[in-house]
Amino acid sequence: MLAFTAKRLGVALLVALTVSLITFSMIYVSGDPAIAIAGEGARPADIEAIRKFYGFDRPIAVQYLDWLAGALQGDFGRSYTLRQPVADVIFARLPVTMILGASAILFALVLAIPLGVLAAVRPNSLADRFALTLAVVGQAMPTFWFALTLILWLGVNWRLLPITGSGSWQNFVMPAIALGYYVTPAVMRLTRAGVLEVLSADYIRTARAKGLRPMTVLFKHALRNAIIPVVSLAAVQFGFMLGGSIVIETIFQINGLGYLAWESIQRKDLPTMQAIVLVLSVIYVLLTLLADLLNAFLDPRLRVS
Amino acid sequence: MAETSLPSAIGRAGMLTAGEILAPSPGALLRRRIFRHWGLVIGGTILAGIVLMALLAPLVSAYDPYDQQLARKLIPPIWHASAKATWAHPLGTDHLGRDYLTRLLYGAQISLLIGFSAMLISGVIGTTMGVLAGYFGGRLDMVVNFIITTRLSMPVVLVALAVVSIIGSSLTVVIWVLGLLIWDRFAVVMRSATQQVRSREFITAAQAVGCSTARILLTEIAPNVANHLIVVATLEMAHAILLEAALSFLGLGVQPPTPSWGLMISEAKGLMFFDPWLISIPGIALFLLVLAINLLGDGLRDVTAPENRG
Repeated sequence: MLAFTAKRLGVALLVALTVSLITFSMIYVSGDPAIAIAGEGARPADIEAIRKFYGFDRPIAVQYLDWLAGALQGDFGRSYTLRQPVADVIFARLPVTMILGASAILFALVLAIPLGVLAAVRPNSLADRFALTLAVVGQAMPTFWFALTLILWLGVNWRLLPITGSGSWQNFVMPAIALGYYVTPAVMRLTRAGVLEVLSADYIRTARAKGLRPMTVLFKHALRNAIIPVVSLAAVQFGFMLGGSIVIETIFQINGLGYLAWESIQRKDLPTMQAIVLVLSVIYVLLTLLADLLNAFLDPRLRVS
Repeated sequence: MAETSLPSAIGRAGMLTAGEILAPSPGALLRRRIFRHWGLVIGGTILAGIVLMALLAPLVSAYDPYDQQLARKLIPPIWHASAKATWAHPLGTDHLGRDYLTRLLYGAQISLLIGFSAMLISGVIGTTMGVLAGYFGGRLDMVVNFIITTRLSMPVVLVALAVVSIIGSSLTVVIWVLGLLIWDRFAVVMRSATQQVRSREFITAAQAVGCSTARILLTEIAPNVANHLIVVATLEMAHAILLEAALSFLGLGVQPPTPSWGLMISEAKGLMFFDPWLISIPGIALFLLVLAINLLGDGLRDVTAPENRG
């Protein structure tokens, strides 16, 4: 387990380092970031001044190492437009996005796991077909349109929930549904497949032969084993959601990292943009690492490969 | 139908049983499976309909998608209980008086064009990486795996938005940015499919008779991983279409006045409380297109490999 952990940790570090390199080069895709900041029609003298001011005139390797060294110490430079350190802004907004992501994944799990189990216990039944239809429909629904439709019905027509803001828990209900429903099909399919597979295992037959109640067999014996891959999927999807929350946060005007990302993209605030991409990527790397380790801890067979 | 099984049957004993004469060919069996799969039929029909409407847009609609008639703005669709609703504009007009049906039809062209092109680019990248990694294994496989892991750890929507905003958005930029970002599923699936095929006997046989690597990859591996490729291609096309719509919705995809479904929803956002049909119509169109492509992909997977169902 120790060797496995060390190896996975090494890979994760290398991935994080590569991501930082890509994130840094991102501002160079257009050639010259100074021109991108100055905008069209800027005078050459202005572009030159911007280049000097932000240090774009230094060799690229020096710029990267300088930026990386700062990032490692939690210093992402100063925001171009917000006039304060990027790190302060990011860590002020991150908890909001975390809460949104957590409620979204909770919504997805609460909906998907029971449906998946139900579909597996009675394959090809009405419940199974319903779950399958829900999965197919869910995967085809554009997130932003679903969010707008929720606003229209729950917010305006029925006046059940507040439309925008992030003040109370009620503000998070619609965004969590809009963000979480997209994950439900994947979780449901995995739960269904896992439970189906486990239910045909020998130890389940033994448990049934012992005369245990069907519910005990299902929850104590089957679900416990089938749930392991679902846990790691949930961790990975949580990472995806943090990245995808930009659309939802923009629509509901939730003051999280996604909204900050959108604002900084609109204002061409490069340091903030880079820092958000880096932070979200590193969180994702950590989540997949945790999921891998958890899986290997629960299932020793995985440690070999 | 039975001609394929005839010669072998005669050659064997000179006698035919009824079952052998009537046995359908593999192609006929496949055709039968396709038409019995309701998801595949529905998905294929809707998709064919949308493609046809997009291609024939100038014939279906007499209007120009860019033509603004401010005197006739915000006419509701025909099912709306309003005196303004007219058959001249079956789906109504938008806030600038442009015919909504026409915008919808030309928007389908944009969605299909971006989805298909981005899928092609990502397909070439991902398939090359996946097949090479799966066939050669070893160090190359480790490198490809690492690249895939790195790509997966970066948030797609965010990176796409950032890059498009730095370069400046246009149709070509959106296609290339999406194409260069969403190859991961191609690489993952093609890698494992190639690994499975590589361990089969006919590959060893081809190697033993001295076939070149290029020949083995093209004539032995490629036909056997093609069905996986088609399935991933459909799913990724749907993915690209949804991403384009999201980018355009956030104002960083296709630029106005080009008709794009995501952009139509974005433009109507401010009016949705008064005229909700402005967002429902392009939203439902987007939903139907993605649903059709997904159904087609799922159906093709079931039909070509029924044991993978579930």
